[in-house]
Amino acid sequence: MRLSLKVSGLAVAFGLPCALLLALAIARGRFPGRSVLNAAAHLPMVLPPVVTGWLLLIVFGRYGVIGSWLDTLFGVRLVFTTAGAVLACTVMVFPLMMRTMRLSLEAIDPALDAAARSLGAGRLDRFATVTLPLAGPGVLVAAIVGFAASLGEFGAVITFAANIPGRTQTLPLAIYAALQSPGGEATAARLSLVSIMLAACALLLSEVIAKRLQAGVGRR
Amino acid sequence: MSDADDGLTVAFRHRLGETVFDIAFAAPPHGLVALFGPSGSGKTTAALVAAGLLRPDEGRVVVRGTVLTDTARAIFVPPERRRVGIVFQDSRLFPHMRVEANLRYGARRNPPGPVRFGEVVSLLGLSLLLSRRPHTLSGGERQRVAIGRALLAQPRALVLDEPLASLDSARKAEILPYLERLKAAMALPILYISHDLPEVVRLADTLALIEAGRVVACGPLETIAARADLPLAARDDAGAVLESVIVAHHPARGLSEIQAGGRRLLLPTVDRLPGSRLRVRIPAREVALATERPGRMSVHNILPGTVGVIAQDLRRPAALVEVRFDGSGLIARVTPDAVASLDLGPGRPVFALVKSVAIEPIG
Repeated sequence: MRLSLKVSGLAVAFGLPCALLLALAIARGRFPGRSVLNAAAHLPMVLPPVVTGWLLLIVFGRYGVIGSWLDTLFGVRLVFTTAGAVLACTVMVFPLMMRTMRLSLEAIDPALDAAARSLGAGRLDRFATVTLPLAGPGVLVAAIVGFAASLGEFGAVITFAANIPGRTQTLPLAIYAALQSPGGEATAARLSLVSIMLAACALLLSEVIAKRLQAGVGRR
Repeated sequence: MSDADDGLTVAFRHRLGETVFDIAFAAPPHGLVALFGPSGSGKTTAALVAAGLLRPDEGRVVVRGTVLTDTARAIFVPPERRRVGIVFQDSRLFPHMRVEANLRYGARRNPPGPVRFGEVVSLLGLSLLLSRRPHTLSGGERQRVAIGRALLAQPRALVLDEPLASLDSARKAEILPYLERLKAAMALPILYISHDLPEVVRLADTLALIEAGRVVACGPLETIAARADLPLAARDDAGAVLESVIVAHHPARGLSEIQAGGRRLLLPTVDRLPGSRLRVRIPAREVALATERPGRMSVHNILPGTVGVIAQDLRRPAALVEVRFDGSGLIARVTPDAVASLDLGPGRPVFALVKSVAIEPIG
């Protein structure tokens, strides 16, 4: 349970900034390959999670392209570790977070950017004072939804990080393990209840936040 | 085009799809230059080029001696560093900031200058709005805030791109006096984009007529409005504009006396002190012509002058006759028959007859 929260928290912490950057690039940028990038970022959402997990194994495994490099340079191994579970969750919820933020970025009038420019605001300044505050509700909602979805991640985690109690056994994996062992139904039911409550809370929270912030900001 | 460059000089060529814009004009250091023309003629493109929000294919923008765009020398100062304020038709206030934060947005990002916060707030009547959110403001209030925000960024020049176009006539009438005060109070060149003639006649010092991506004519408002050969003269509401000074009031007769272009004119009493300036408009359809000074009649104003260009009115069977006198002039719309029977031609002395009630004080 605590491990689950930690994994999800880290997944959001690492995934959100990257997803925001990509969302910005796709929402605002005009460069070749934009739609290809968009499609690639959405892949984990439509691929079977097992496939995503397996692809992660190929790339980040001990003999994978990046995995072997990480191993020799930093002695970091992702497979079968908590960090690996985080990576698997991050990749899986990435498209969800990016999509949410992209929609809220696209809802911002780009004309405001031109106005800020004419008032002397540089690129980073405009991002910090105009774009980010206006996309704020979207970013927050993305974080919460990403967190909730990450709590439920199963296929990619079990494929890439395996089901090791205390290290990679997140909530859904624990439920699965309980169901596999005889007489584990009670444990499974208890864990499922926790999982339902966490998910419901997160969704409710995101609704409330979106409404509150929209009331203050959205209208013009 | 004048290349003194101490005001605002914009000259550019730019292709957008099938349309080629080839536009050049200049504004004096303290005046308002109005770009007037139908939509799609390239006015807004010119505004964007001036503000640096559009990089023209070829061109040059100079504000008070500083070159901001010069494609020939590969100079292009980005908009955030050129200090040219721009106000758009949609005010583009930041929705997540209160009015005061909007006003101060540019002030924090530019070197200090002569424009004071309190001065702008009182000039534009913003004191009661400071803690409001943009979405609670009326259209006119929003535009006033947007103008204030642009001014407080200490601009070297101000671009107003159809600032009143999205407002109804009541709101327009509410803002125009603010714009007049702004023009008088701020020592900076203003580029004013509009397709509304009354607005332009009221505010412009210099007028550039734009049609299909080209400048048809550019010069002092008085000169341009008095030309018979421009599309402006063919409008129903065509008429000359005179800059006058109030000389005296004649309360017993219910008249005020003004002087413009070396001529004295009478018009129904205006509520201004003698000595103050007054811009008046004299519609072309209200001007009659005579080759001899008429005797007693109801028309108060008999102005001697000489005939300038005579142009055919392309929209109706009428002729447009320029009557010139010292440094300014009028246009008269008369029938071709009148031109023939009076034997009017360029250089011929005439008398322009203007009823006092036909003289429209502006502003």
